[in-house]
Amino acid sequence: MAFDIPKIDYSGKIREITLGSGDKAVKVGGASCFPFYLFEGKMPNLPKISMEVWDYQPDDWAEAAVEPFKDVIGDPVAWAKKCVNEYGAELITLQLKSIDPNGLNRSAKEAAEIAVKVIDAVSVPVILWGVANHEKDTEVLRLIAEKCEGKRLSLGPVEEGDYKQIGAGAIAYKHLVIASSPIDINLAKQLNILLGNLGVGEGQILVDPTTGALGYGLEYTYSVMERDRMAALTQEDEKLQYPIICNVGVETWKIKESKLKEQEDPKLGDAKKRGIMIECVTAMSLLMAGADILIMRHPESITLIKKMIKDLSSPE
Amino acid sequence: MALTGIEIFKLLPKTNCADCGVPTCLAFAMKLAAGQAELASCPHVSAESKAKLDTASAPPVLPVTIGSGDSIFKTGAETVLFRHEKTFVNPTGLAVLVTDKMSDADVDKRLKNFNDLHYDRVGMMLKSDLVAVKSESGDAAAFEKLVNKVKGAVKCGLIIMSDKFETLQAGAKAAADRKPLLYAATKDNVDKVGNLAKELKCSVAVKGNGLDEVIELTTKLTGMGLKEIVIDTGSRKLGKAFEEQVIMRRAAIKKLFRPLGFPTITFPCEMTDNLMEETLIASAFIAKYAGIVVLSDLQGHSIFPLLVERMNIYTDPQRPMATESKIYEINNPNENSPVLVTTNFSLTYFIVSGEIEGSRVPSWLLVMDCEGLSVLTAWAAGKFVADAIGPFVKKSGITEKIKHRKLIIPGYSANISGELEEELPDWKITIGPREAAHIPAFLKEFVK
Repeated sequence: MAFDIPKIDYSGKIREITLGSGDKAVKVGGASCFPFYLFEGKMPNLPKISMEVWDYQPDDWAEAAVEPFKDVIGDPVAWAKKCVNEYGAELITLQLKSIDPNGLNRSAKEAAEIAVKVIDAVSVPVILWGVANHEKDTEVLRLIAEKCEGKRLSLGPVEEGDYKQIGAGAIAYKHLVIASSPIDINLAKQLNILLGNLGVGEGQILVDPTTGALGYGLEYTYSVMERDRMAALTQEDEKLQYPIICNVGVETWKIKESKLKEQEDPKLGDAKKRGIMIECVTAMSLLMAGADILIMRHPESITLIKKMIKDLSSPE
Repeated sequence: MALTGIEIFKLLPKTNCADCGVPTCLAFAMKLAAGQAELASCPHVSAESKAKLDTASAPPVLPVTIGSGDSIFKTGAETVLFRHEKTFVNPTGLAVLVTDKMSDADVDKRLKNFNDLHYDRVGMMLKSDLVAVKSESGDAAAFEKLVNKVKGAVKCGLIIMSDKFETLQAGAKAAADRKPLLYAATKDNVDKVGNLAKELKCSVAVKGNGLDEVIELTTKLTGMGLKEIVIDTGSRKLGKAFEEQVIMRRAAIKKLFRPLGFPTITFPCEMTDNLMEETLIASAFIAKYAGIVVLSDLQGHSIFPLLVERMNIYTDPQRPMATESKIYEINNPNENSPVLVTTNFSLTYFIVSGEIEGSRVPSWLLVMDCEGLSVLTAWAAGKFVADAIGPFVKKSGITEKIKHRKLIIPGYSANISGELEEELPDWKITIGPREAAHIPAFLKEFVK
């Protein structure tokens, strides 16, 4: 029996978006098929990995995650440089954890100064990730946006409660926004529409569907992303044709199973390898569902995932 | 594609005898189409119609059963391409490989890990499913011995693997009472292996060199009357193997293309020498769309993430996951330990209990049945509110375990604290943090 591969006629395409400026700018998106379905479409830009840097010394990280950075972990600038120079990071995400009003509550001015130093220290594009506190994120991200005009930084998370303020900053100073919605395709679409109405350009939006870690809501993120891609590619839903970014490292390394020492539960195996595998299996699942940018923590996780992206995109 | 009610109706006796328990043949046909009735309920349907209906109503990916007695593994029977459309049916089987080239110690370690690495999570037992026993030397006597050793060590279903027919036959006969999966029928031996599967009444895998050869092999085996078939496309490169998984599932479901409408078997164990890479290859196949994944080894750090991923991918996408409503003891609490209350959404429970555990403060956690909704959603739905929480705390039995009367509620429930004080007049209500991540700092301060 002759077998013709049943192919999907994709009517839509994900927008191609450029992060950063200059010769280290990074293009993401552009896909015209479901993730890695290369027998019937193209992925001109393979998914990218952004290495995360915290803007203050984290005190609750698993030992295995601290270890590669122990010489730089109190110094965000040195930390970011190490990611680029030693681990070849193509993108850096600065997690603005210090500004959390329930935590260190660092002032916007001070936090922005540190962020600008990090941005100036590396040539690769930088993603800035706040703490989802609308007032504080707005204050800090606006300051950074202003000081780094034209650098096409990615500012997030931008939610319904602060999209006007952060969106206006992105328009005025030429940056990107990360439109963040709580695992709901309709809310994701609505926020993209609101941002468009505000005047944020089509080339300035990345979508954060909210990332659930393995065993902690991964399946919800997975299905929302699959539905998002289906609407974008097969139903020509222009308001969903944006690249997807997933904040993987923070979510997977904070769960109990990534932090337990081996002697606390020997059946879970080697603590370091387990933490890496939890980060990587989460990342793999999200790649299958349509992630364009994965923000990750452990250098060994990143090496493994890069290998998998390469293998998945080499059909022969 | 499944038949419509009208198409089914045409094949029924149309006598409206009601012997099936439904007043008319048309109504019965509609129920059949909706999957709410079984054809067996109709005592009068002709053999010819029955055969037609059986074929048409079979799922696009046929089911396969491996194992016997209490240890039955089922695969296939899938009906959709995306989990948001409908729950996936049979979770990907995880198998560990043992061979006659491995040392006894290596075989024993894998079998021991197979039996030991079980994880209790949200009331579900997560564990691997199958052992793949492979002859690499081709020595039939050695293989038979290995099969018997494995049978003695594990109760599960087996995959019997050999390139050499005589060796496969020896292993298969030794394992026949377990209804193993025979691996594999190839273009060189398909008749012999097919007949062996018929004789032993067990399932059989085909190993092709690409999809066209797979189609020839499955067509040949179904022609011999075999129905329980598993497909290996032979590809050992991730990109190619992944694409084939997608193409096969799509051909089966969208085109009802029967020659590819069988569950698949994949071999991450033959695709890399690195267990961490192997785990990630397996994770891709769990998402899309392997029936069975064969692994070279089982270690806690590799198998646990795969088991959890499989649970996530195969849960019902419609229903929120719920955990058991009861009093959870965390870090060995005593009569003076703090008491916290939250809802029974699994993620809420995992995160809250994980943070309490991490704080090392001995605590009681009351988990209230809110139909698996999170704190805010349950509040909005009128389930996690004062006049429900009050009676729940009173009836929970917590007062028999503690001397104090202090209750910590989630920060997001701050607005119900006044009403809750009225419901629980003897209690002092404290508002906890909004985010679980802040629980450890809060608890340490609370017990000072």
